[in-house]
Amino acid sequence: MSKAILYDSTLCIGCKSCEGACAERWGLPYNDKIAAEENISAHKLTTVETHGDRFSRRLCMNCQQPACVSVCPVGALQKTSLGPVTYDQEKCMGCRYCMQACPFQVPSYEWEARLPRMRKCNMCYERQVEGKVTACSEACPVGATKTGNRDELIAEAQQRINDNPSQYNPKIYGIKEVGGTSVLFLSAVPFAQIGLRTNVPLEPLPDTTWRVLELLPDVVSTGAVLLGGIWWVSNRRSEVEKAEGKRK
Amino acid sequence: MTLRMPKLTVWRVIFAAIMLAGLYATYLRVFYGLGGSTNLSDKFPWGLWIGFDVMCGVALAAGGFTLVAIVHIFNIRTYHPVLRPAILTAFLGYQLVVVGLLFDLGRPDRLWHPLVMWNPHSVMFEVAWCVTLYSIVLFLEFLPMVFERFGFHRPLAWIHKISVPLMILGVLLSTLHQSSLGTLFLIVPEKEYPLWYTPLLPLLFYVSAIAVGLAMTIFESWHSSRAFGRALELPLLASLGRVLAVVMSVYLWIRFLDMAHRGVFGLLKIPRIETWLFFLEIGLMVVPTILLYRAKVRMRPGALYSCAVMVVFSFIANRLNVGITGLEAGSGVHYIPKWSEAAVTLAIVAAGFAIFRVFAHYFPVFEAHSHESSHETADSKEEDPVAVG
Repeated sequence: MSKAILYDSTLCIGCKSCEGACAERWGLPYNDKIAAEENISAHKLTTVETHGDRFSRRLCMNCQQPACVSVCPVGALQKTSLGPVTYDQEKCMGCRYCMQACPFQVPSYEWEARLPRMRKCNMCYERQVEGKVTACSEACPVGATKTGNRDELIAEAQQRINDNPSQYNPKIYGIKEVGGTSVLFLSAVPFAQIGLRTNVPLEPLPDTTWRVLELLPDVVSTGAVLLGGIWWVSNRRSEVEKAEGKRK
Repeated sequence: MTLRMPKLTVWRVIFAAIMLAGLYATYLRVFYGLGGSTNLSDKFPWGLWIGFDVMCGVALAAGGFTLVAIVHIFNIRTYHPVLRPAILTAFLGYQLVVVGLLFDLGRPDRLWHPLVMWNPHSVMFEVAWCVTLYSIVLFLEFLPMVFERFGFHRPLAWIHKISVPLMILGVLLSTLHQSSLGTLFLIVPEKEYPLWYTPLLPLLFYVSAIAVGLAMTIFESWHSSRAFGRALELPLLASLGRVLAVVMSVYLWIRFLDMAHRGVFGLLKIPRIETWLFFLEIGLMVVPTILLYRAKVRMRPGALYSCAVMVVFSFIANRLNVGITGLEAGSGVHYIPKWSEAAVTLAIVAAGFAIFRVFAHYFPVFEAHSHESSHETADSKEEDPVAVG
């Protein structure tokens, strides 16, 4: 039973309550200057974007099969069965492969810090463990951001589209993208127009590297036999030459 | 001698300037973090220190495993005289890669974490283990030079006993991580420009590592023959040039087939920076490959050397394209390294040259050595043992 967030862009009024609640939950500063920033960063883990007269949110998608989790060499990132992708700052060594691998360019780094950490939304893992909804969902005055079970939210999103076909772009963003995400989007217009990435592959990204990595035992064992065999044959030849050389 | 002294001084001045700049950049890195010393950003988290110091560094050190395989596993003893410089290059190369990593990692104090905190699904985890283990192998392959210098016969005999499995292990580990540096970028299909993104990246990285390894061997033999006034092992290097031409041809053919199957030749008509960089990279590969097929080129030290340099630069271009420029458009940002990034990189390269030179001066890197059965190298062209300066 994995949790998800449904964000309905058609309901959003751009009040940025979600931003404030998020900053409070992480203990990050929040003021007018930060509210005006439209990029997520190490000090702003979610942001409301303005696209003409429409709004959209940016936050970690908490993918079903996250690239960041698969690439992290120390396992600092984990996909929990609850849904959130969590980060253990005590393990992280700062290689920033998660940032490179993320198809949504979500993970942010504390570039100025002496002992930097990666920062990203973790769908309020600690709150969800206690059965609470995310801080952003709780703060949303119009229900544009909603936390729930992923299956139920997908069904609800489909219902909204069916009930008001003229109001919605008839698709749900996040069902198939990179194998599915835990943040789902509804929009009145094609998703590219509210800044969502439509060039992301539909296959789970960890598959791209695992296809190669899983060959490792085969390569090592075959290689060992092959190289050992070549040495055995070629060394025999030089031993024979050596022996014949001595006889002369 | 009177002619050489001022030239050396100029190089020393340049060396000192590079080291000072590197030192100041190091100060910035330590006290002002990655933000104060690099132009990296959330959307462009990897720059010159990964693209050059790590990716090129590992590739340039590939001569170590290539020549170990040729000399000790395929048992082609003719190439024995260039084995040691190749191992020394590899050993130093990997030390310097680790130095580069210490600069680049946000938490260099946690460099050891992948060894205890496992994630077998991570390519980086695999690279970390391979590089660690291979560094140990290289250290053991390198130790005989030290033992011979000081006449430690017993440890020398121990190392000789384990040398065959050790060398096979070294070649296997190199195969894994050389290719894995290409695998690293398979996770970014939507960011990497299609001229470079291919599922064959691991294979291409592996084959090109062999080519770079051979080219670097020619490169360093040429330089050391000048620096130490040795006679150049020309027939030997010329035949290495022949091998290099074949490896390059195989590489280029795989590259061509891959692009044909992916149907990306149309991209070459688009006038954009990636296209020019691609042509630069491929041009630097094709020209020396064609030239190396000519006996006249192979037998002229200057021409052979130039071909090796072109091959080295072509793959530096390739690694930078895969690791940096090919990702810019897909990441939506323009990245130009900060001066301090370049200063650290230059300082690491300069340190590599300097340490190699000093070590080769005091240790039996180039001399014919007594502990290897000497008649094996006798049929190859014996190098002139006279060293000047």
